Amino acid sequence: MPKPNTETIKKMYKDAFTIRRFEEKAIEQYRVGNIRGYLHPYIGEEAIAVATISACRPDDYITSTHRGHGHAIAKGHDLKFMYAELFGKATGYCKGRGGSMHITNMAQGNLGANGIVGGGIPIAVGAGMAIKQKKGDQVVLCFFSDGGSNNGVFHESLNLAAVFHLPVLFILENNHYAVSTPIEASALVENLSIRAEGYGIPGITLDGNDAVKIYEAMEEPIRRARKGEGPTLIECKTYRHGGHHINDPGLYMPKDKLEYWKSRDPLIILKDYLNKAGVKISEIKSINQQMEKELDEAIKFGLESPEPSVEEFLAEIAE
Amino acid sequence: MSILKYRDALNQALREEMTSNPLVFLMGEGIGEKGGSYKVTDKLFAEFGADRVIDTPISEASFVGMGTGAAILGTRPVVELLFVDFALLTFDQLMNQAAKLNFMTGGQGRVPMVLRTQGGAGNGLAGQHSQSLEAMFYHMPGLKLVMPSTPYDAKGLLKSSIRDNDPVVFIEHKLLYTTEGEVPDGEYVVPLGKADIKRDGKDITLITYSLMTLKCLEAAEILAKEGIDAEVVDLRTLSPLDKETFLNSVRKTSRAVVVHEAVKRGGIGGDISAIIMEEAFDSLDAPVMRIAGKNTTVPFNLHLEKLCVPTTEDIVAGVRTLF
Repeated sequence: MPKPNTETIKKMYKDAFTIRRFEEKAIEQYRVGNIRGYLHPYIGEEAIAVATISACRPDDYITSTHRGHGHAIAKGHDLKFMYAELFGKATGYCKGRGGSMHITNMAQGNLGANGIVGGGIPIAVGAGMAIKQKKGDQVVLCFFSDGGSNNGVFHESLNLAAVFHLPVLFILENNHYAVSTPIEASALVENLSIRAEGYGIPGITLDGNDAVKIYEAMEEPIRRARKGEGPTLIECKTYRHGGHHINDPGLYMPKDKLEYWKSRDPLIILKDYLNKAGVKISEIKSINQQMEKELDEAIKFGLESPEPSVEEFLAEIAE
Repeated sequence: MSILKYRDALNQALREEMTSNPLVFLMGEGIGEKGGSYKVTDKLFAEFGADRVIDTPISEASFVGMGTGAAILGTRPVVELLFVDFALLTFDQLMNQAAKLNFMTGGQGRVPMVLRTQGGAGNGLAGQHSQSLEAMFYHMPGLKLVMPSTPYDAKGLLKSSIRDNDPVVFIEHKLLYTTEGEVPDGEYVVPLGKADIKRDGKDITLITYSLMTLKCLEAAEILAKEGIDAEVVDLRTLSPLDKETFLNSVRKTSRAVVVHEAVKRGGIGGDISAIIMEEAFDSLDAPVMRIAGKNTTVPFNLHLEKLCVPTTEDIVAGVRTLF
């Protein structure tokens, strides 16, 4: 896979913009009481989802985290059914039974967001094993965070995927915080990708805000995986633009660091690439306008959708 | 008909299901060339190869998750845990993931995984290798739970469990592996969710499962000589529970005793007692009795270990007090 062409960069920009506005509008909906429970916005991290998923095929799989809306949108999920799920409606992807932290669309290869940190990692390894059993050449993108990489199953799973040569790409989204605990306080190494060496697999560290660089770097790990040569650990360094979840103001995040990372906003970086490729500002504006419209229509769909049927639920669980 | 050991009946079930469905594969510690610590997977490695009989590292928490992920994509993994005690390491992937995925996704993905394991006391293996933990799986919505007592049931239920589309926890008993029984030579299955009356009787209902089924049958023979005719209901599947079989039995006999090896406190016997009280109270001539494990970690010493789980004599003595 050579450098991404203009169409690919445009798609990555469109997905990143959609994620950004989806999350911002979701926060508005939460504040007026249409979404309850937790919301973990992917704002600031968009480049990782859009680049890694664009580098793969539609028939490849992903496992996601509690911060999973970005992966879902990059995978091409219908915004209507995503908002409907956040609103807990019967028309949501999970019929209102999962909510934000469990958004899943198996038909598009999204094996699910997960409410347990690290919970999706062994599942991704299992998906890789199934691909091997069926002699397929799909790959599995396994998303998790710096926090997740300290969990026991991360280590077991890297080892299992390595030993069985499974087609899993372990995407470590290092946003430098596990809720409010900075990574410096919970790991002694600067680059978490070095952990790969302990399991005999390659590990790389990337600028997680540059979608084009991530896209290019994915070529070799994807090739390895499809050829049955095994997994790779891909660490993408990034930063949240807000706290851990919607009710966390992130007061522990130093102002100067936040300003620095905001100046390297993945959307700004993608727009720079589009400029260099000769894409006019008017075209970018047009993409923005189209997605704004789709998002607002999706919210309307979600709000107008029916609640799940109480009778059906009670009948289903009756003993 | 053949006489088979319990472990060989399980071996046959695995062989048959792996032969008829190429998507069935096995994962566990030492199940490959070694043939498994209890010989349940004996010779399967030679027949099906390393791709389908997979030796795992000691990574229970993750390889149960691996089974979960593989099952979601349509394969049928049979994952072995050497001891049910090790299931405690797997609780996130088993209880938070496998048990819940189909529900939380609104029905998008069944998890047709079988988690085979063994439990129980009696080999002097002490507290961390002798437990009966079925109440924990029983309590978790989304899991099926099977505990066969005979080679016939073991083979038929394992085949059904592998064919089932939901996660099944299949608990063997370490003292049952070398017990023998009749097993048909041809194809057969035992459906999940159906109890089996192992002995007809009219005076009292003994509700039980796993190794305790054999103890109840021994007790019934002793009691018969004293003029007490005991009906032994072997639950076989604990979840989903076949209430009707034991409720009908209690309606017939008017007396019920639940016998299990697991600790009495918080054990499944409490749930069964409550069900009988709720749904067959008018039939009872006596309160439901529970004969079960003592509230302790299982000790190493032989004599102390023996005290912790019900014996045939305990069952006989308990039943006598109800007459």
